[in-house]
Amino acid sequence: MPIGYLKQEVKRLIPLSRLNVEPDDLGAAGAEIALQDDNTTGRFTKQQFTLDVEPVPVGGDAVAALEKLVESGHHFVLVDAPAETLLRLSDAVKGKDVLLFNVRAPDVSLRQEDCRANVLHTAPDLDMLADALAQYLVWKKWSRWLVVKGVFPADLAYLDALHRAAKRFGGTIVEEREYKETPGARRSDSGQLQIQLQMPVFTQGAPNYDVVVVADETEVFGPYLPYRTWDPRPVAGTAGLTAMSWHPAHEQWGATQMQNRFQRFAKRFMLPLDYQAWVAVRAVGEATTRVGSGEFGAVNAFLRSDDFGLAAFKGQKVTFRRWDGQLRQPIIVAGPDLPVSMSPQEGFLHEHAEVDTLGIDEPESKCKFQ
Amino acid sequence: MGNSAIRLAATIAATIGLTAAAGPATAYTVYVSNEKGNSITVLDSATLEVKETIPVGQRPRGIILTKDGKYLLICASDDDTVQILDVAKREVVGDLPSGPDPELPNIHPSGNPVYVSNEDDNLLTVIDLDQRKVVAEVQVGVEPEGVGVSPDGKIVVSTSETTNMAHFIDTGTYEITDNVLVGQRPRFAEFTADGSQLWVTSEVAGTASVIDVKTRKIIKTIGFSIPGVQQEQIQPVGVRINKDGTKAFVALGPANRVAVVNAKTFEVEKYLLVGQRVWQLAFTPDQALLFVTNGNSNDVSVIDVPSLTVVKSIAVGSSPWGVAISPH
Repeated sequence: MPIGYLKQEVKRLIPLSRLNVEPDDLGAAGAEIALQDDNTTGRFTKQQFTLDVEPVPVGGDAVAALEKLVESGHHFVLVDAPAETLLRLSDAVKGKDVLLFNVRAPDVSLRQEDCRANVLHTAPDLDMLADALAQYLVWKKWSRWLVVKGVFPADLAYLDALHRAAKRFGGTIVEEREYKETPGARRSDSGQLQIQLQMPVFTQGAPNYDVVVVADETEVFGPYLPYRTWDPRPVAGTAGLTAMSWHPAHEQWGATQMQNRFQRFAKRFMLPLDYQAWVAVRAVGEATTRVGSGEFGAVNAFLRSDDFGLAAFKGQKVTFRRWDGQLRQPIIVAGPDLPVSMSPQEGFLHEHAEVDTLGIDEPESKCKFQ
Repeated sequence: MGNSAIRLAATIAATIGLTAAAGPATAYTVYVSNEKGNSITVLDSATLEVKETIPVGQRPRGIILTKDGKYLLICASDDDTVQILDVAKREVVGDLPSGPDPELPNIHPSGNPVYVSNEDDNLLTVIDLDQRKVVAEVQVGVEPEGVGVSPDGKIVVSTSETTNMAHFIDTGTYEITDNVLVGQRPRFAEFTADGSQLWVTSEVAGTASVIDVKTRKIIKTIGFSIPGVQQEQIQPVGVRINKDGTKAFVALGPANRVAVVNAKTFEVEKYLLVGQRVWQLAFTPDQALLFVTNGNSNDVSVIDVPSLTVVKSIAVGSSPWGVAISPH
């Protein structure tokens, strides 16, 4: 059973911290380790899985790359690409026996008005991430937020998610402040001295607040904020305390074994995108095992059914929401070194499943599965 | 003095809710591993008091007594070894070469060998207890955990948490003869005393599968439902079945309950409220009491089996995990 991994290369800003530079095999390494897991199971069920990674250079033709994968028999393809590329890919294989897994794009629109019948999302969306963080902040009684935001569309998308989360869970945004500096060179000699003076001034004179919440998806200034705010306050959002699908130091619910396995294989720590790819490849493996064949229609239907569930080191099974194809999963809330908590938090109740308090719930869904 | 001893025994019996017919409680020794505390707590089953706390290796999880009752084998997971605790001396006297990250041990009915699952290496390791040597390694599924041994000693079953299978292994040839697909994240495997059934708990699926040993088919998947408890909190782990095969006790993890299952009809008869995140359980040899470990409330709950009531909670070390009970 061949599984594809299409990686659209993107020109990215250098992150402020060199710790956050993306490894070349990000995502693909998670898919590879899941393939090993699938094949260990496959030894007993006489099923064999393979993985083919198809990189598309910046400006390259992603649709042609996908068509090549499909022609060579890949019905299940992980897509590591921005939202607009994912949509083009989805449309290109519409009506064919192809299922795409969105392992990267967090855009809410992909789960709402732009949702597609041939896409399942293992990447959490921005609403899910903002909800997970907001629940923790509210649980901690840090409900007054000073929001500081960047100027990019991605920052504003996360800001929308923060607004929604504040309303849902009882957070109050006391002020929104924009960081107007556009990124220049990411580092310069003695630049740190300037930052030490700039950040307190930038956060000065705010109304009473409990926590700074940063919306800075591209790391223009967010990581500069912890320990440098005018008032001694914690920092959360895209810097400081952050919501994510996976943390390299997550060790609950058997995750230790997953981390060990991954580190032995990839010679680096396991990151969220690795986990999101792992889930996708394991989901295909698990559905194939349960269905007892690799027949596309049966596996595709099983993945979306109530019978599907995957043990994925989150203390409860992960499944796909029938209304938008989003992976229903608990979200880790973590500082740089260690996870701090896992959302949903106790007390945020839901009629069916507490984990559906994170992200877009059925009544809010605008997904029509084109 | 004789009279006061009788009075004391009577008081204890009354305190722990035993019927008069059961007579005074026999004193067994109960061992509890404390996963975070790096220690073993020793309890007296008659007084239900802590007698001693013995420091051991790092992250002690699964524990089992040797058949002669002289040694307690302790999976010291973060030390990558199985420690041998001399229960008379109350000290660690040696190690078994378990391979990395041992979690749960089991032992052949004859007293040798010992079977250990190695979660990190997808192996079931077979260790000769006398020679303290690895005699076989069996490749199983991803993240093996539960180890069940059939009463006749012919089959050892390993459950793999990511592959979601119960692997039936012939103890003579160390070949896998059957693989039974069960619910998500199988944690524990327990044969009935007559060897006809194997019970496997699936933590993430929230179920227990009953496998017919002869046909290797699942004959029943037992689900659990507790009013006021979210379904995803129901995470079955440990299971013990009484000797006459009438009742099974299933520890339900963060649901903080032990389910009492009629082992003939597979109906759940009762949920007993215990401490937080209950994982493992063990009967006293007379099966009058069942001790269960509550990892998140740092205590052990004691269940009176005839009356199906929780009679006491005993504070132990930090994050109690495994439990084993000696007839002595």
